[in-house]
Amino acid sequence: MAIDSTTVRHIARLARLAIAEGELATVAVELGRLLELADRLAAADVAGIEPLAHPHDQALGWRSDAVTETDHADALLALAGEARGGFYLVPKVIE
Amino acid sequence: MSPALSPQPPALKSWQPVIGLEIHAQLNTASKLFSGASTAYGAEPNTHASVVDVALPGTLPVPNHAALDKAIRFGLAVNAQIARHSVFARKNYFYPDLPKGYQISQYELPIVANGRMRVQMDDGRVLDVEIQRAHLEEDAGKSLHDAFHAATAIDLNRSGTPLLEIVSAPVLHSAAEAVAYMRTVHTLVRWLGICDGNMQEGSFRCDANVSVRPSGESTLGTRTEIKNVNSFRFVEKAIEYEIERQIRALENGEAIVQETRLYDAAHHHTRPMRGKEDAHDYRYFPDPDLPPLTVTEADIAAIVAQMPELPDARRARYVAALGLPDADAVQLCSDKATADYFEAALAALSVAGAPRNEGGDSRADAKLAANWVLGELAAALNDAAIHIEATRVSAAALAHLLLRVRDGTISGKIAKEVFAAMWSGEGDADTIIAARGLRQISDSGALESAVDAVIAEFPKQLADYRNGNEKLLQFFVGQAMKRLKGQANPQQLNTLLREKLRRA
Amino acid sequence: MSSSIAQQAQALRARATSAVELARRALEAARANEALNALITRADATALAAAERADAALARGAAAPLCGIPFVHKDIFCTNGIRTTCGSRMLEGFVPPYDATVVERLAGAGAVTIGKANMDEFAMGSSNENSHFGPVRNPWDAARVPGGSSGGSAAAVAAGIVPFATGTDTGGSIRQPAAFCGITGLKPTYGRVSRWGMIAFASSLDCGGVLARSAEDCAHVLAAIAGHDPRDATSMQRPVDDYVASLSTALHGLRIGVAREYFGAGVEDGVGSAVREALAQLEKRGAVLVDISLPHAQLAIPAYYVIAPSEASSNLARYDGVRFGHRCADPASLEDLYSRSRSEGFGAEVKRRILIGTYALSAGYYDAYYLRAQRVRRLIANDFAEAFKHVDLIAGPTAPTVAFKLGEKSSDPLAMYAADVNTVAVNLAGLPAISVPAGFSAGLPVGLQLIAPAFAEARLLAAAHEFQQLTDWHQRTPGGAQ
Repeated sequence: MAIDSTTVRHIARLARLAIAEGELATVAVELGRLLELADRLAAADVAGIEPLAHPHDQALGWRSDAVTETDHADALLALAGEARGGFYLVPKVIE
Repeated sequence: MSPALSPQPPALKSWQPVIGLEIHAQLNTASKLFSGASTAYGAEPNTHASVVDVALPGTLPVPNHAALDKAIRFGLAVNAQIARHSVFARKNYFYPDLPKGYQISQYELPIVANGRMRVQMDDGRVLDVEIQRAHLEEDAGKSLHDAFHAATAIDLNRSGTPLLEIVSAPVLHSAAEAVAYMRTVHTLVRWLGICDGNMQEGSFRCDANVSVRPSGESTLGTRTEIKNVNSFRFVEKAIEYEIERQIRALENGEAIVQETRLYDAAHHHTRPMRGKEDAHDYRYFPDPDLPPLTVTEADIAAIVAQMPELPDARRARYVAALGLPDADAVQLCSDKATADYFEAALAALSVAGAPRNEGGDSRADAKLAANWVLGELAAALNDAAIHIEATRVSAAALAHLLLRVRDGTISGKIAKEVFAAMWSGEGDADTIIAARGLRQISDSGALESAVDAVIAEFPKQLADYRNGNEKLLQFFVGQAMKRLKGQANPQQLNTLLREKLRRA
Repeated sequence: MSSSIAQQAQALRARATSAVELARRALEAARANEALNALITRADATALAAAERADAALARGAAAPLCGIPFVHKDIFCTNGIRTTCGSRMLEGFVPPYDATVVERLAGAGAVTIGKANMDEFAMGSSNENSHFGPVRNPWDAARVPGGSSGGSAAAVAAGIVPFATGTDTGGSIRQPAAFCGITGLKPTYGRVSRWGMIAFASSLDCGGVLARSAEDCAHVLAAIAGHDPRDATSMQRPVDDYVASLSTALHGLRIGVAREYFGAGVEDGVGSAVREALAQLEKRGAVLVDISLPHAQLAIPAYYVIAPSEASSNLARYDGVRFGHRCADPASLEDLYSRSRSEGFGAEVKRRILIGTYALSAGYYDAYYLRAQRVRRLIANDFAEAFKHVDLIAGPTAPTVAFKLGEKSSDPLAMYAADVNTVAVNLAGLPAISVPAGFSAGLPVGLQLIAPAFAEARLLAAAHEFQQLTDWHQRTPGGAQ
């Protein structure tokens, strides 16, 4: 399926990836080629076929309700680009 | 800027509001929905955020079975279908308090679907509210916008806490109906022991979808969603405001914009949320880390076996079997701890021997216990600002006090004094009655001499009484009671006075 | 040149060498082969400390078979205290505070990690040219790629730096580099090896496994890493077979399905003929070759290149510059933080797949792409299920070509994706498969792929082992790699 610059801009926005205006057309062509590959799926007869999301149609593993984690805030906050006073920080968000 | 509304409400007659609620009830598990971190409220920021909760690369979710059981409990309580196969799906969007960039929720196949709930309104009307679905999902963290200059601070302690999102059909037609429904759900989730219902801590909150349409119209108008309101009063205010705003707009020929709005309690209005202007495209798909969850008949049978008697059933039983007025039954069943307390007190009273009251049956005991639970006890709890679970007078202790009223040892009036003393920790009813000498006087000799003395003391009043001023009976009762320090059996005293006044 | 796990284990027990000496030699070999760029991080200090502990365990005499054996982890497995990059600028400085289950289990068995192997960024690639840390070179020909995404793991084993390496396989990422580098690569059944701590690419396809010289060595490593893990909700409860003991199971009478679709138009003549020759040898040994068809095989690539990017687009949303990983300098706003951190942190192929996956899941396209791909996925799984009613294993070339030249396909994603034509279906169905060296074409190694029903790793390893008793392809080593 062909894809236009507007769609690329929308998809890039959803994925939070920056694409310069000048590159949109190139990316559109590239993604269009990949979609041609995906479009081969249209040839399959999938009438009555249930989607398979997990191999083996396996069953879900559960855990019982127990607190097993201890406080690792310092080690985890140390991984962040910006943290202060026990919080992760991001540029101010206005709701 | 807050849009100013004129003080006059618009003409509500020609418009019908349509409201649906999405209630988020935090399930009261010890650990999170997908990690072993604690759900305890109020910890230092990020100290209850595990490697899973901060979405460290390589970490995986493993679901908490207790959350599933609690969701099923709710489903059974609202006569819903419990899905034998349901699916955890990812809802994808970016927000700093959503660490994975997606929320694990349920979309196409929720665990609970097609329930119904009976909602009793204060005006006596009964609503039958359809619950479209209830699904499990994880909560996000918290964003603090005002803690730091030029920065939003993120606390992920709440991230991953289990929520049951309970979605009603758009069948509510006023703010009052919406609040009555929300209260009924609130009572039920606490009754079932699946949610602590603490609204201040955000354990029970709701989003309201509000639209209006011309009366008689069947298609729905454009709706707005009011986000995250966490008190009954604010829900009512927010919906009332939003209905008025929409009607005013429509009457001015403006279109309603489908949008998310925030309720601003300080200004009593709703306003559009900024930063949410993007067309949402959540790209839901089955979470590949979580195969479908299956529920067997045996799982359900085990939960059915543990279900408590539900509030509706208990209310009906109190009216039919105990003869309580409907209003009493409703109040007693507003919360399970209260209803359980009442039953425990009543049971202790019944065990203490056959009722002696004139009615001669347990109905009188039930009414007596109900009056005390809803009267003195409720007032004392309210004054002390504590919940019934923390009561200072146990159900057994109250029953013993009521037994002393029933057997005539003390009057109802004296009982209030005894109760107050029990509440302040002076001991059990018998100890206090003995220590304070409150046992009422039923000895006819003592009563007779007091009555004789009073009649002798007030000859003028006696003459007036005899001349037909029967109201003076109360005067003589009061004087006699005074002499007897309030401990006379009032019925006995009345009877005796009537006789003597006639004969004297 | 390192010897096999079995040889090293024997030498350790005979006190002919020590774990510390093996670790030193492996680290030296890694330094000597730096031109291959097989490792992103060498862990000299922790390796020697682990080797000392292994020597102590060996001295006590109760050590597991892998005790003291040096190896490398693909840099996708989180290692507590050792930087884990996933081949990405995004995680260039990321030091995990926890170990992956695979890491924990191999450490528990006494194996000694000497470093972290290079890989395509977030395991997206078939040539190892998508690594932020530069391409890996094929030990057989430095102008050629080692395959991907576990290219560093394959090159490290082929060059003799270590006797084995961990890898992951989402669409062929263990088997194809094993084939290109002339070694043995095992992708177990989905759910057999825990994914906890293995950085996700496409969660329903990702599978941890092993690259080694032989099937026998793979059996030793699988025995250590396989088994249920309560930290992974997709991990299977069923008991683990004794893979090493099962190696001696005889091949005689084994029915091997030869899938005609795996010898299609894209398969080079030299590759096809080497694989047919290998199958003929198996037949001589008593295997029964059965012509079979997997009718939906040609749909595997389209289905895979919808499902894998879809899952990836969501899995990689957590890299937002907030809690870990690359954060852009001086973000002007939240949106700027997101888009600049992600655009700077991810390479071209990763961005391409995030975009295509986002598209496939988005409103209006979900049914036509994602959902349809999942239906086709079931058709593909059904093909295998039907085939396994008639045969015990399925065989074909692992890759349609031998190792190609660096740069040859890197500008054409579709040509690159075609390298996975014979491997991705196995991931879609969650089956175990192995690639074993099966000869050469134009002087470069060719891999034979064997596929087994779910959880039949023991059968798969036994067949590969018997083949390696008949042949010495797996003992050939690249001459110029020392």
